[in-house]
This record gives sequence, C-alpha cells and structure tokens, in this order.
Amino acid sequence: MTKYTEDDLREELKTKEYEYGFYTDMESDTFPIGLDEDVVRAISLKKEEPQWMTDWRLEAFRAWKDMLEPEWANVNYVKPDFQAISYYSAPNTKPKYDSLDEVDPELLETFKKLGISLDEQKALAGVAMDVVIDSVSVATTFKKTLNEKGIIFCSISEAIKEHPELVKKYIGTVVPQKDNFYAALNSAVFSDGSFCYIPKGVRCPMELSTYFRINQANTGQFERTLVIADEGSYVSYLEGCTAPSRDENQLHAAVVELIAMDDAEIKYSTVQNWFPGNAEGKGGVYNFVTKRGLCEKNAKISWTQVETGSAITWKYPSCILKGDNSVGEFYSIAVTNNHQQADTGTKMIHLGKNTKSTIISKGISAGRSQNSYRGLVQVSSRADNARNFSQCDSLLMGNDCGAHTFPYIEVKNKSAIIEHEATTSKIGEDQIFYCNQRGIDTEKAIALIVNGFSKEVLNKLPMEFAVEAQKLLEISLEGSVG
Amino acid sequence: MLKINNLHASVEDKAILRGINLEVKPGEVHAIMGPNGSGKSTLASVIAGKEEYEVTEGEILLENVNIDEMAPEERAHKGIFLSFQYPVEIPGVSVTNFMKTAINETRKANGLPDMPANEMLKLIREKSEMLEIDRKFLSRSLNEGFSGGEKKRNEIFQMAMLEPKLAILDETDSGLDIDALRIVANGVNKLKSKDNAVIVITHYQRLLDHIVPDFVHVLFEGRIVKSGGKELAHELEEKGYDWIKEEVNA
Repeated sequence: MTKYTEDDLREELKTKEYEYGFYTDMESDTFPIGLDEDVVRAISLKKEEPQWMTDWRLEAFRAWKDMLEPEWANVNYVKPDFQAISYYSAPNTKPKYDSLDEVDPELLETFKKLGISLDEQKALAGVAMDVVIDSVSVATTFKKTLNEKGIIFCSISEAIKEHPELVKKYIGTVVPQKDNFYAALNSAVFSDGSFCYIPKGVRCPMELSTYFRINQANTGQFERTLVIADEGSYVSYLEGCTAPSRDENQLHAAVVELIAMDDAEIKYSTVQNWFPGNAEGKGGVYNFVTKRGLCEKNAKISWTQVETGSAITWKYPSCILKGDNSVGEFYSIAVTNNHQQADTGTKMIHLGKNTKSTIISKGISAGRSQNSYRGLVQVSSRADNARNFSQCDSLLMGNDCGAHTFPYIEVKNKSAIIEHEATTSKIGEDQIFYCNQRGIDTEKAIALIVNGFSKEVLNKLPMEFAVEAQKLLEISLEGSVG
Repeated sequence: MLKINNLHASVEDKAILRGINLEVKPGEVHAIMGPNGSGKSTLASVIAGKEEYEVTEGEILLENVNIDEMAPEERAHKGIFLSFQYPVEIPGVSVTNFMKTAINETRKANGLPDMPANEMLKLIREKSEMLEIDRKFLSRSLNEGFSGGEKKRNEIFQMAMLEPKLAILDETDSGLDIDALRIVANGVNKLKSKDNAVIVITHYQRLLDHIVPDFVHVLFEGRIVKSGGKELAHELEEKGYDWIKEEVNA
C-alpha cells in the first residue's frame, strides 16, 4: 500500500512555499530606522497634517515611551527592537490615477499574483476598493457612487485633510492613544489607513473593501482605520491581507475604531493572511492589533475574522455595548500551523440595558503551533437583562500543537444570562479513511472536515469573501494531518 | 472482478486473516458469515485499503490488477465501495456536499470533468426517491445525530450515488428495523446488475432473505472454512456456528 505517512506530509509541508511570497520591487521613499519625537513630527509633516494631528501623535508618543510591552498573552517571541524599524515608507509613484492604465505595471502585477487585480475588482459587482500598499493608498474606485450617497470612503490621510472635523471628533474615542502599548505606538506613527463615514439613514450599497499589504523590507506597518456609521445607517466593510515572504520579522500594529450610532449597523469582516514564517518558524509577521467598536442605542457591530497568517497574532476585536438594546457579535476562525502562535478572541463590554452579544470562535491548530482563545464578557451593574452566548471550539491536527481557551466572565448584574460552551476535537483517522473510501484524498478530506468545522463562521462572511477564505483555509493547512 | 489469493493480514502484529481465497465474478452476490471475531470486518477493511492493516502475504486483484499498493481513494476510484458498519460523523459537512465532493473527486481521477449541477440534482432526486429518503435529510451534517438506521440508509444512498463495481456491505443490517431493512435491501437489489458485484457481511440470515446470495462463505479464525449456496445461510441460522467449529477442529 502506498502509505501517505505523516513524514511524507511534513516533508511536503516544508517544501511548500508561501503562496504569496513575492516581493514587488518598486522605488520607495523610506525613513531611516529609529523612533523619536522628530520622526513622529517628520511623519506628520510628510503627510501634510494639521498641527492638531501632529500634537495628537506626539501626545501618544510621549505616553508610549513610558509604557511596557504586554506579556500576558500566551505567545513566545523575541520582542521587536523598536529602534531598528523604519516608521515610514511610501511608494514613490504616488500620483493619483484617473484610470488603471496609469498605475505602475509592477503594482498591477502584484495584484494579479494576489488574485485581486483592479481589473477584476472593477468588474466585480459592487466592490469598491481602497488599496493600501505600503502605507499609502494609491487607488480608489467606485468613489462616485459612494459620493452620490454622501458616503465618505478614503484614506485616513485624505480624511485628515478633507474632513478634519470628523476625524478630530472621533479618532481615539474608542481606542484612546494610551489604551495599550501597541495602540499608543500606532497613534504616534500611523502611516495611513482607511476612513469611512456613512451619513444618517444611508445603507451603503456595496461592500467596502480594503486590501493591506506589507511590502518594503523592515517597514513596520501601522494602519489606522476609522469607520463611523451615523444614526440608522448600515455598512459592510471587508479587510483582507496578504504579505510577501521575508526573513526579518515584520511588525504590524494596527488600530481599528468603529462607531455605530443609534440604530446603525457595522459589519466588519477580515481575512488575514500575513506571512506566517517558514516551516522552521523563521520570519513571519508580528500582528498586534487593537480593534474595537462602540455601539450606541439599538446599534449592532459584527466582527467576522478569518486569521490564517502571521507568526504571532495578538488580536481581540471588541464591542462596547454602551447603548440600550445594542448587539455585539464576534465570529472567528483562527488557523495556526508550523510554529505560528495566535492569542485571539474578543471583549464584549455590556454597559446598556438589554444588550446582547454572541461569540463563536473556531480555532484550528496544526504542526507545532499554539492557538489560544482569550475572551472577556463583562456585564456592568446597570446593564439589566444582558445576554451573552459564547461558543469556543478547537480542532487539533497532529500531536505537537496546542489549543487553549481563556474565557473571562465578569458579571455585576444579577439579571444577566451568560452561556459558555467549549469543545475540543481532533481530526480522526477514521474520518479520513471514511473520506478516502469515498474517493476523497487526504488533503481534500482535511479541507472538507475543516470547512465543516468552520462553517458557522464562514457563513457570516460576504459571499465572495467566503470563497476566498475557504481557499485560504485549505492553503494554510495543506499537508498537516495527524 | 475480485480475486483474493492466500490473503494474510495483521494489525499491530496480530494475525487476523490467515489465508483467504475468494473469487467474485460480475453479477454475483456473495455473503460472508461467521462468528464474532472471525475477521469479517477486517477482510472488508483490507479490501478497502485501511492503512492500519498490514498485508503480510497473498494478493488482492481487482479486474486482474493487483491493488495492494493502492491508496484507499484510488481503490474507490476503481469502483470499490464499503458500506461501513460504524459510519463516522463529519460535523458541518452536509450529505449533499459530501456526495458532490466524492463524485467529482472520483470523476477527476478518471479524467472526467465535474458533474454539472443539474445532473447532480437529478441523480440525488432519483436515488433519494429510490431509497425513500427525505430530502431534508440530505442537508443535515453527515451522520451527525443520525439514528443507527439513518446511518445505514445513508451508506446505501452513497452507494447508489457512486454506482460502484464492487460493493461491500459490512453489517448493514445491524441497527435497521424491518421496514428499513426492506428499503435498504430493495435499493441494493435495484442497483444490482450483471456488471457489478456485492459482498454482504452479516451475522444473520434475515438480510439474506431480501438480498439473495449466490454464494455463502463461512469465515472462522481468519479463513473461509465452508462455502455453499444460499441454503448454507439457512443451515447456519438453524444450527449456529458450533458445528462449523467442530468440523474445523475435527
């Protein structure tokens, strides 16, 4: 019998190159390494920002200097040397384009490799793209349609110039500058990111979509995203990432702030595929992200994430359910393989009455990876009738990986109903053999089983994203059966 | 179709099959009976290619080709189907999705394009009606929360969908009530043709009243110790296995 042994699988996995491991050679304008107040000022100057923004950054920087890198997460890594990183890099070919023909062909080639060429994207019904490559947004489409509805969707740098009143009013209101070490760093040095404002009562007619990439070697990427859904509005926002292969560790510390005003709804979906490092655990992106949303009365925020990449993931998309009857949701699939480490989950802070939250977390661990769910459900004393349902499922592949669950529950109101369910399972040889016997090979069988396991979350993604996510799951787990 | 010569197989160095000889021709139905622990399910698993069983001697030929080195999925692509005694659960994967994947993987291996969706739907409708399966059932996760009878009926549904050359039914009758048994047996009979063959593994005569075998073999201590026509099954039902054991030991 041709035995497809674990050893064969391991060998295959080792030789499997990171699918999107390429590097675009474009001239870019990069700062020398190091961080001090002058660098912060220089970033602000480079971006032609107003004084209030420069001051805001400096305030964050001063706070950051006195802060310590958090150590409570269940991850092990060599801490980045923050003075060995360049804090700004912009593609030189910066001019705004009227059509795709004017875009740097090499950039278009990059998109093609990613399978997200603007050509395709333009043709794709209803997806507007704000493409962020190395910190500066170089192309925006579908702007016109959005303009007609009064929707603002642009880079945060542009928003600082064009809509300073909105940015000034809301930036840092959900994730304050001093919130945590990485949020403070981001506040000081964020290079670019996206800004979105949906006016009162407007239902955004298309999925808003941003693709992030880290491109320049040694450039930490510090994205800043601010989404404001005014009263009674609705928006679905997609964020997807791939990054080129790199030996050095790349730092990614993003901040995402969502504000859902009364009766508004924000759906925020992420597919994250940063370079996870090679089979020996070398290289890979450090992903330290702060994502948080604020719900006013009757508002709803849903976070959906598919996390397959990064060497280290530290990420807790959270909801502050401030308004009465507001709803928070978190649907997550986190896949770790080889030496990847993920510590991810959510925080649901119930402040208003009759607030509801749902947490569905699916962790899949393979290789020698460690996958942790960390979640907090907090019910304040005045949050009458709060409801939470949490479900954390872990799937193990092989004998060398780990799954961990750290649920924290703090309830200060007797009327709260909190439910927590957790399961851990392992893909069984019997399941694989059953599939094999029906003509399905082991790779495909694993993909099938994993997709089945993740289905509740995949179903929450917008259609075109779900397909992409499913593909990513398969790529990430190729050759990892136990 | 299937030819097994002097097959010896062991699991974790424990010999279970000790020299099986069996020939199954197209259009035939063979029943394999025998007491618990005689090696019936092992034989089924070895033919299907389960990796924990090691073939230590002998060979298995499918249409004159030695399949010993083939992976289980390759054997499936060549038309071997095993109806499992204990079908496993695959949460989140619907029966329909599972079948679609199985059919298209088999087609791919045989150089055919994916089956068009309308054809797939037609096939599903046809086969589910034949086996009196409620279509809602097909949207449920594979075997998850299925009753014993539902699991077995689902196995036969898969067999009907995949139209194998050689179907091995491993204790398909266990867990079935009398109505389900009749439906399953009718299904198997309808699928029977002069080009395919069925091996029925069972403890009891009752399934063989519905699926009438051309040959009955008695497996004992890893060998086929007695073969005969369908009347042998009746004899076993009446007299049990003790007389066979005595014959062997004599």
